[in-house]
Amino acid sequence: MQYFWILILFPLVGALLNVIFGNRFSPKISAWLSCSASGLSFLVALNTFWEFLHLPVDERIIKQHLFTWIQSGNFVAEFSFLLDPLSMVMILIVTGIGLLIHLYSVEYMIGDNGYHRYFAYLNLFIFMMSLLILADNYLLMFVGWEGVGLCSYLLIGHYLDKKSAGDAAKKAFVVNRIGDVGFILGIFLIFTAFGSVNYLKVFETVSHRFPQPIEGFGILGTITLLLFIGTTGKSAQFPLYIWLPNAMEGPTPVSALIHAATMVTAGIYVIVRSVALYSRAPDTLAIIALVGTFTALLAAMMALVQEDIKKVLAYSTISQLGYMFLAVGVGAFSAGIFHLLTHAFFKALLFLGAGSVILALHHEQNLFKMGGLRKRLKITFYTMWIATLAISGIPFFSGFFSKDEILWKVFNSGLYGGTLLWSIGILVASLTACYMFRLMFLTFHGQEKWNPHNTNPSHFKKTSSFIKLPLIVLAFFSLVAGYIGLPGYLGTHRLAEFLAPSLRYQYFPQITSAVRQEHLFQELSLTIIAILGTLIGIAIAYELYMKDIQITHVLVSRFSSLYKIVHGKFFIDELYDLILVQPIKKGTQIVLWQNVENKVIDGMVNGTASTLQVWSHKIKRIQSGYIRTYAAWILTGTILISLYYYWMFNS
Amino acid sequence: MPHLIFFGLAVIALVGAFLVVLAPRAVYSALALIVCFIATAGLLLQLGAQFMAFLQIIIYAGAIMVLFLFVIMLLDPKTENFSSNRLIKFSVLIVPLGILMTLLLMKNFPLPSITATNWNSIMADDVRSIGNSLFRDYLLPFEVTSILILVAIIGAVVLTKRPKH
Amino acid sequence: MVPIEYYLVLSALLFVIGSAGVILRRNIITMFMCIELMLNAVNLTFITLSKVWGQVDGQIIVFFVMTVTAAEAAVGLALIVVLSRRNNTLDADQANSMKW
Repeated sequence: MQYFWILILFPLVGALLNVIFGNRFSPKISAWLSCSASGLSFLVALNTFWEFLHLPVDERIIKQHLFTWIQSGNFVAEFSFLLDPLSMVMILIVTGIGLLIHLYSVEYMIGDNGYHRYFAYLNLFIFMMSLLILADNYLLMFVGWEGVGLCSYLLIGHYLDKKSAGDAAKKAFVVNRIGDVGFILGIFLIFTAFGSVNYLKVFETVSHRFPQPIEGFGILGTITLLLFIGTTGKSAQFPLYIWLPNAMEGPTPVSALIHAATMVTAGIYVIVRSVALYSRAPDTLAIIALVGTFTALLAAMMALVQEDIKKVLAYSTISQLGYMFLAVGVGAFSAGIFHLLTHAFFKALLFLGAGSVILALHHEQNLFKMGGLRKRLKITFYTMWIATLAISGIPFFSGFFSKDEILWKVFNSGLYGGTLLWSIGILVASLTACYMFRLMFLTFHGQEKWNPHNTNPSHFKKTSSFIKLPLIVLAFFSLVAGYIGLPGYLGTHRLAEFLAPSLRYQYFPQITSAVRQEHLFQELSLTIIAILGTLIGIAIAYELYMKDIQITHVLVSRFSSLYKIVHGKFFIDELYDLILVQPIKKGTQIVLWQNVENKVIDGMVNGTASTLQVWSHKIKRIQSGYIRTYAAWILTGTILISLYYYWMFNS
Repeated sequence: MPHLIFFGLAVIALVGAFLVVLAPRAVYSALALIVCFIATAGLLLQLGAQFMAFLQIIIYAGAIMVLFLFVIMLLDPKTENFSSNRLIKFSVLIVPLGILMTLLLMKNFPLPSITATNWNSIMADDVRSIGNSLFRDYLLPFEVTSILILVAIIGAVVLTKRPKH
Repeated sequence: MVPIEYYLVLSALLFVIGSAGVILRRNIITMFMCIELMLNAVNLTFITLSKVWGQVDGQIIVFFVMTVTAAEAAVGLALIVVLSRRNNTLDADQANSMKW
């Protein structure tokens, strides 16, 4: 139990070996090495979880100190790990889904030139993400934070010969970095205000110093706001979400792992981890809720008109992350983690299924060029439908439970605009159902619009088990994962109880089972309204994309300007380019490069050199070679010296 | 009377010096220099430094100037001297400068004159005192000087050897 | 009887004439002779002052100066001979290759 942390070493070793010796390994060995590293991590995580469950609730916090990393004056940062229910849940998600993605990639990435490089970076990602989760202080966690950003960059840009991939990788990294500025400032403030960056020490200090929540943006408000800015970048909320759609340039398993299940959820993890701070800063929470809702709505609208299958899923991810932020913003921290869990399963499944489709159609990604695949890719078809039902919040699938809990908590939050946010949440839920069903109808039903010559026949005939297994496992969990978080009218919320020790520093009164019993009727009626909204969305999708697709063309021409705006992603990328990118480019080019660099700095340096040259050219003529001139100079010097001595002697 | 001798010798020395600088040919300069040396020797005699005076004649006028004349004759005595007329202008400038400097210096270093009282003591014991000092206090430099002369001889011989073809 | 200043002034004059000669003449040998003139002036100064203060060290100095002058004249003239063989002239301004 004490050695739970060795699970981070296996992927690190795997990554190093693949990096150093990868091009000498055959693809099989590379894949074997990396999958077994990931598998070992998962086994250790499982084992730890098993032992964890046997501990009494009070003792479910395990610390492991390795060494003192930085010690400078008052500042101490340890290299040590913390295992509590929250990190236990996250680690299981990361290593479990990580293992499934590794297995899937074995088949998906066959034939790729950078096979070993891919697996090395994938392993490295698992290492960094685990470090992020298991760290016990903000600084070590930030190491993992930056590390996953790095792996995201490396993996998005995996296809070295595609310029768009490289650009997307750079965009992801730069936008992340912008958020990181806020994050780092937050960490600095934490140390300044509370004297430590260690989680437990900070939380103790905060709960003693601030027994009541503080309005406005004093110390707590500022710290939480800055950390939130960091999570905006990592978890793709407005205004820093722009990198996620472009990140689809990377291989599909990467999108599944990093941009659906794990890295983007790091932001939520940080906020829930810092519940002591956030629950005492209500104004920041309000901002988080607003940003989350707005992002969810914006992304859902954009997902509705995308043609690329992966882009739809990317915007869907942004939208669902918005839900998680909304949950956290109203103080429903365990609900946010619950949705994180269910979303990890069904979103990873959706991406992997999309990957299967893309593989079958030889990298065709346009929805309008697919269709009728349900007879050809049976396993993909069934599993993706399970995921779609889960994400749409159809009862008894996992997404239903988590989304419903969020919506109920939003309605009940007592915030000023709680009802408004709830209704937007309902709207987003029906939009979600709409675009997801649209995706399914266009891909698997209807006429076959794909080019029969541009296919991958081996994939059609028999889907490899490396691909089938992850799909089936994820489908299973998309079905059943909801049952650990049953709403009040059905039973106990096991997940919330499990997470309670991690949330013990939060200020809000816990929503106990007793409280839930009181609000049963309210919860049930809200659920029914939500289901109605979903059904409306499904009906619209059915009409438009199953029955008669011509209606869409009519709608597009009727509302052409609105369509153009939404289809163009609200031109936010272009806006950023105009306001930020072009001025920086022009500024650096014209002001800094041409003027400062060339004229001023080079001018100074060259000017010094040329001045020296000119003057030395003039002065060198003293050495004329004529002895008499030299003699005259000597004489002059002697006279001057004697005059000097005479003058000194006199005064 | 001493003043007269002094001025006479001084004039001869100065004229000789001027001729050294102004003479058109090298031989004339050499001869003028010899005259200057002899005048200086006379001045030294008047000061009572007999040993130095004769040493002056023997070494300077007798050995060094003869060497100069040898070399001048060796190196084509008919060689023209190239001098410019800035010569005279410059001399006119520098000479007063020298006088001025000396007078200025002397204002601040008042020196006793050689009066009649200490003249005799100065005149006497000249060679003896030099000998005492030279062979007691300054014995080492004396011996080293002999080596210096040896080096000079060897140097002169080595430098002027023609390379064998 | 003769004031010391007279000797010193004479010596200064001889020195100045000698230095003017070094600068103004172009014949190397003549330049050298002017240097001897300067040395001679200095000798006069030393002996004068030695007599004034009654110390014999001045004359010892002059003794050594004369000796060194002799050696210097020998070596210097040897160099002049070599130089004139090289340049085929006694003009000091022709020996100007050590320049910028």
